[in-house]
Formats: sequence, structure tokens, C-alpha cells
Amino acid sequence: MDLVLWGVLPYVVLVLVVGGLIWRYRYDRFGWTTRSSELYESRLLRIGSPLFHFGLLVVIVGHVVGLLIPDTWTRALGVSDTLYHVSALSLGLIAGFCTLAGITLLVWRRRSTGPVFSATTRNDKLMYVVLVLAIVTGLGMTVYFAGVELAGGRTGDYRETVSPWFRSIWILRPDVAAMAAADAPYKLHALMGLALFALLPFTRLVHAFSAPIGYLFRPYVVYRTRDPHPAAAGQSERATRRGW
Amino acid sequence: MADGERHRSPRATASENPGETGRRPIGRVMAQVAMVMNLDKCIGCHTCSVTCKQAWTNRSGVEYAWFNNVETRPGQGYPRTYQDQDRWKGGWVRRPNGRLVPRAGGRIKRLATIFANPVMPSIQDYYEPWTYDYDTLINAPLGDDFPVATPHSALTGEPMKVEWSANWDDDLGGGPELASQDPIVRRLGDQVKLSFEDTFMFYLPRICEHCLNPTCVAACPSGALYKRAEDGIVLVDQDRCRGWRMCVTGCPYKKIYFNHKTGKAEKCTFCYPRVEVGMPTICSETCVGRLRYLGVVLYDADRVGEAAAVEDEKDLYEAQLGVFLDPNDPAVRSAARRDGIPDRWVESAARSPVFALARRFRVALPLHPEYRTMPMVWYIPPLSPVVDTLTRTGHDAEETGNLFGAIDALRIPVEYLAELFTAGDTAPVDLVLRRLAAMRSYMRRINLGQERDESIATAVGMTGTEIEDMYRLLALAKYDERYVVPTAYGVDEADRGVIEEVGCSLDFEGGPGMGGMGEVPFGEASGRPDEASVETFHALRDRQTSERASATGGRINLLNWDGNGRPDGLFPPREDEGTDNGRGQRPGPT
Repeated sequence: MDLVLWGVLPYVVLVLVVGGLIWRYRYDRFGWTTRSSELYESRLLRIGSPLFHFGLLVVIVGHVVGLLIPDTWTRALGVSDTLYHVSALSLGLIAGFCTLAGITLLVWRRRSTGPVFSATTRNDKLMYVVLVLAIVTGLGMTVYFAGVELAGGRTGDYRETVSPWFRSIWILRPDVAAMAAADAPYKLHALMGLALFALLPFTRLVHAFSAPIGYLFRPYVVYRTRDPHPAAAGQSERATRRGW
Repeated sequence: MADGERHRSPRATASENPGETGRRPIGRVMAQVAMVMNLDKCIGCHTCSVTCKQAWTNRSGVEYAWFNNVETRPGQGYPRTYQDQDRWKGGWVRRPNGRLVPRAGGRIKRLATIFANPVMPSIQDYYEPWTYDYDTLINAPLGDDFPVATPHSALTGEPMKVEWSANWDDDLGGGPELASQDPIVRRLGDQVKLSFEDTFMFYLPRICEHCLNPTCVAACPSGALYKRAEDGIVLVDQDRCRGWRMCVTGCPYKKIYFNHKTGKAEKCTFCYPRVEVGMPTICSETCVGRLRYLGVVLYDADRVGEAAAVEDEKDLYEAQLGVFLDPNDPAVRSAARRDGIPDRWVESAARSPVFALARRFRVALPLHPEYRTMPMVWYIPPLSPVVDTLTRTGHDAEETGNLFGAIDALRIPVEYLAELFTAGDTAPVDLVLRRLAAMRSYMRRINLGQERDESIATAVGMTGTEIEDMYRLLALAKYDERYVVPTAYGVDEADRGVIEEVGCSLDFEGGPGMGGMGEVPFGEASGRPDEASVETFHALRDRQTSERASATGGRINLLNWDGNGRPDGLFPPREDEGTDNGRGQRPGPT
């Protein structure tokens, strides 16, 4: 069971993400959009959306640091485990609560504003469930462990279980044992994360991959010559249909 | 000689001809397909809006989008009060150091506000689109009450009360309460009388301005919006648009619409599939008053930036005129050839009615030059408010003295027009109105068999011949004089032989074509629509006019088949042949 969950599943998700993105880019570039609903409602969106997105950006940076940087490195830099732990927990809690507050507001807006709700697809609903579950398990776990430790208890350190496993995935030698030794909440959150990643290419979340960083470096006005052959411009030509 | 000049002044070396000081070498020559509208002729019939909607936006998601709309002035416009840039932050601002920055903020601010655009109009600023419950009319049971079709929101499907639309204040409907919200009226203050006895009124048809310095393009984080290098048409690449909505804010004319079904920006295309084959846009084609003119304008692309950044807003009109190049100038012709503009485009530019009205006769003015976008749809301001007042007060409205006096006396319409067309500078508007007035008087004398009065022309800085030329263009010009549109280059000569028919022209997304929508995995917003292309047009014409079966490959639509030959892919393979269509594609799984 552990082998399937932590040795096989990550690679299935990886293939889904990479393959899904390539597939979507080739066949559904027109559908690759944020599908913004700001035109319908902007009062709640103006609070909820930045709250969610900026919170999420901090959360992502936190995950990258926590999962990719080994504890030996931070110790070598002179950061004590306690200092690291306290700062990670506090920053993570603040960002996590912002993200949760943001998504709560956004989901409530989506349900209560008529036009926004009518523009919500089943695909969106599934995505919202997984996204909210991933946030809730992550934040709930953080709150629970922080509470245990404030009460003087001791919890397992994810930097000795989850992080080594995560890094081992990328060198194609998954450390199943490390992850199997992690506390149950970590496992739950990791599974939710994997589910979210598997959904990324197939939902509106795909807009995250088109973050317009290039905008900072290009001239304001863009000129383009007329495409003489639209299908030749790096796009897959739609198969010619039969005439009968 | 040149050496002697060089060490005297570095500036003189920049000039190719030392004799003409102040004249710079011509920079990169570019061509722009532009439009002029003669507002005196607009009767506000909305035919242009309706045919444009039929052609481009009769789909769900863009019910509220009017690539072409006609506004009554004074009035709020569409969307409501879009001209109030303090509120909507469209266009450019000039920083004290002379640099232009989009009014809503530069690159970093754009990206920082990408999660919720703070100054985007909501659907309520346009109007909530609706349809009617026609079903009730057909299926209502027999009863005492006559069945009615109640309005239902196209967004939610719920019953709604219709309270606003694209031209709710048409013909000053709604009276002073609505018209007083006009941003220009508010700026001019109490001078504008909106009582029905004293007011003036005219119509302003608007499309995308296809600016030389477009803020919408500058605001697009994805780089999906672009200006076409060949003809200057500003388009949205639907495959690259990611729906960040910054263009809606960037455009000061609010002519970019967000398709709320596909989540992508859409805008006036200047009917490029028509323009590419030399046809006028659909709004021009169907204009009842024949008030639109289309033509090519050559301009110096290297000077656009500095012209858009001149310090005084009132100099922007002259600065933009200065960017235009005279296609009759041999230096311009050779520079155009150097920059790859075909001679037939330069010839076309020489016959361009747009160039004639804007530069030769100077009667066409840009709409809101103070937005610094260098708009390319220009307007001949209407003399009719002045003429109407004269006629109403019992004066002869075709006598020069009366008209000139009235232009001076009726300051309000002139100031209002100046706010629209020259950033508040009344002198250019004054000159245009005087020229139009002079034309009326001059031509009346001819019609009445009196001798030509050259002094009328001289009074407005023209010659009698020029006035007659202008009269011909404004009053008599036929179809091919009003619409001087060369076909797209790089297609019909050089590319002959590689053109290929793309498919049935009705085969667009959601269209009635034979292919339907095809496989679209994510609902109606996904999938790639077939392009309408000039290649299709040429391939079709080729087949329809050739004697034999044409050699173009690919699928041939039964509707377009002229009976010549037996094109591949039109019929199922014969059993004895066992061949497939030309592509070697296997028959489908079913």
C-alpha cells in the first residue's frame, strides 16, 4: 500500500501534469484562460481574489523552502531548529489563513452571485472541492501541531519524513519508507496535494502556468505580421475531416 | 559639402539635405488602414451597429459587445461615462520627464493588480444583456389575458427589469438628467444648456480606433493583443489571450469587450477578412448616410512615440498630422519601397480619401487626441448644430457671413466639439466648421448659376479648386472613391500556389457549418475555431473562375464545389481504387 501511494502515485501524477499540460497546450489553447468573473461582480472579488492569490503565493514559497531545502543546510547557516520551526509555523499560519479566508469569500461569492454561479461548471466544482480540501488539511494540520507543541507535546518533524521523500522522487529513487513513517495528517495532506496537481492541467487552474512574467521585459506595443499559414505557426493542424 | 556640414553641428548631419533645415530623414514607413466619418451625414439609424453585430457579435458571451455603436451627443456614451478617464484610467499619461505610461499604471503595477483589476467596468456599466420569454407567446393556454414575453437576464436566466442598454439615452432620451452626466458636459460646466429649446445634438458612431500607440496592446500582460505590421489593424490573438482583462482598462475608448463565456477579450477587427480582399468594413458597406471613408495612410513609425508625448495636449492633433507621410512625395515613395510596402499600396495611399480629408483639406479630426493613443478613426465635426440654429432663427444658413458669424456666436457647440476632437482647442474646430460653411456657400453660387466667388475660398485658406475637390469627396464620391482599400500584400501575388482553402466559412465555432463545433473537451469555451482567411477567399475565387479542376489540396466543401473534376475527399473512395483522400488519412473509427 505504501509503495503504491508513495512510490507509484507521485509518478502517475507527474505524468498527468506534464502530459496534460502538453496536451492542453496543443489542443485547447483557446480554453487556456482564467475565465474571470470580474465582469459580473467585482466588490467581493476585489477583496477575496488578492487575499487568496497572494496568500497562496506565500504558501507555495513556504512549501518549496520546507520540502526542497534539507534541515542540514539551514542548520549550517546557523538557523536553529526552533527558530526555523517558529518562523515557518507563524508565517505559514498567517499566509494559510489569508488563503483560506480568500477562498471562502470567493466560493461564497460564486454561490451567492447569480451570474457567477451560472458560469460555474462541474469541472470548476470538483476543482474547488479538491483545492479547499488541500488548503484545509494543510492549515488544520499546522494548527493542530502548533497546538500540540504549545501544550508541551512532541510531534514528528516533516523535515525528516516528508521532505526527504519529496526530494527522492526527483532523483527517481522514491524513499517510500521515509514517507510511510510520517504522521497520518501529513499523509492526508500529501494525497490532497497530489490530487490537486493531477487536476491542474484539466481545470481553470491551468492559468497559473501562464503567469505573464515576460510582460516585465517586453516593449509596450507589440507588432506582428499577418500569419500567412495559421496552422504552420507551431500549432497542430486540426485533422481534415471527410467530406461525406 | 557634407563633410563641411558635419563638424559644424551634429544636428545637421542628421538631415540628408542641408538645405532643408528641420527636416529629418524618414524613419520606418508603415501603412495603416484608417477611417474618416462625416458626422454631418449621420442620421443615427444604427444600421452600422446592427450589421456589425450580425457579422461579429451575435453570439453568447458578447451580447453586450458593440464593436460599432452610435452615441447621441451630448450623452453618456457606451459604456456609461467612458470618457471620464479620472475614473476609468484609460489611455496614456505623460510623466514630467516626458515618458508615457499607461494611466492605470506601468508594468509592475499591472502585475500587482492582476488578481482583481481595480478599474474594470462591470456589466452594469454596460448593461445586463437580456432575452425575452418567447415561449409563453406560443404556449400560453387560452385565457382572458393576452400573453406577453417577459424579459429574462441572459446571464442568470432570471426575470429582470430592463433599465439600461447600449443607447438608452438615444436622441437625448431621458432628458437633462441623463445628458448632464456626459463627462464633457460636466467639464464645460453650466454653460451647456440642456433644455430642449436651446440644446444641440449630433450622433457619434464609434468603432475601435486602431491607434498608432494603442494602450490596450501596451496593457496586455500575455502579449496577445497586437498591431498588425502590414495594415495597422489591432487584433486579439484568441489563442494567447489568458483573460487578464487589463486591455479593457487600458483602452480609453472602452472598445475592448470581455467575452464572459470564453473568458477572452474581443474587439473590432476592422473587418480584416473583408479589408484583406479589398472590401470595405461591414459598417462602412452598410452605412445608409454613406458617411464613412476608408483608405491607407502612410506614417513614420519612428516618430509615433515622440508625437504622442508632446507636452501640451493641444499640440497632439498637429503632432499626429505630422507623423503622416505624403505618398506623393518621391522621398516617401522610395522610403516606403525600402521598408517593404508594395507600390500598389503607396498608389492606394495617394488616392486615399482619409489622407485627403485629414491632411489635404484638414477637415477631419481625431477623437480625443488627449488620450495620447494616436487614434486612426477620424471625424469631420458636424456643422449641423450651427446650421440648425440659424435656420430656426429665420436666417439664411447657406450665406457665408451668417454662418461665420454663427460659428463665432454659438460657442457652446464649438467648445463641445473641441473637447471631443482637439483636447479643448477651439481653433482647429473653428477652421473645420468655417471650411464646411465656405463649401456650402461656394457651391450654392455654382448651383444657382452665379459666378464662382474665389474670396469665399480664400477666407478659409483654400482655393476654389480645392473646395470643389472637397465637395466632390464629401457630397458625390462613389463607392470606389469612398473606399480605397488595397488587397492584403504577401498573399495574392507572391504566395500564389501555396494557398489552401481552410474550410467552410460557416465552420467557425458554434457556427452552422458542416463540421459543427467538433471535439471541444472543455465546453463551448474550448477548442480552436477555424480562421476565416484571405487564403480561403482566393482559393475559392480561383476554383470558381478557373476552367479546370483547381489544384488546391485538402478538403473541398460540397457547397463550394463547381462540378469540375473529382476532388479528393469529396466522395468516399471507390472500391476498385481503394485510395483515400490526398492526405493519406485513414477513415474515421466509425
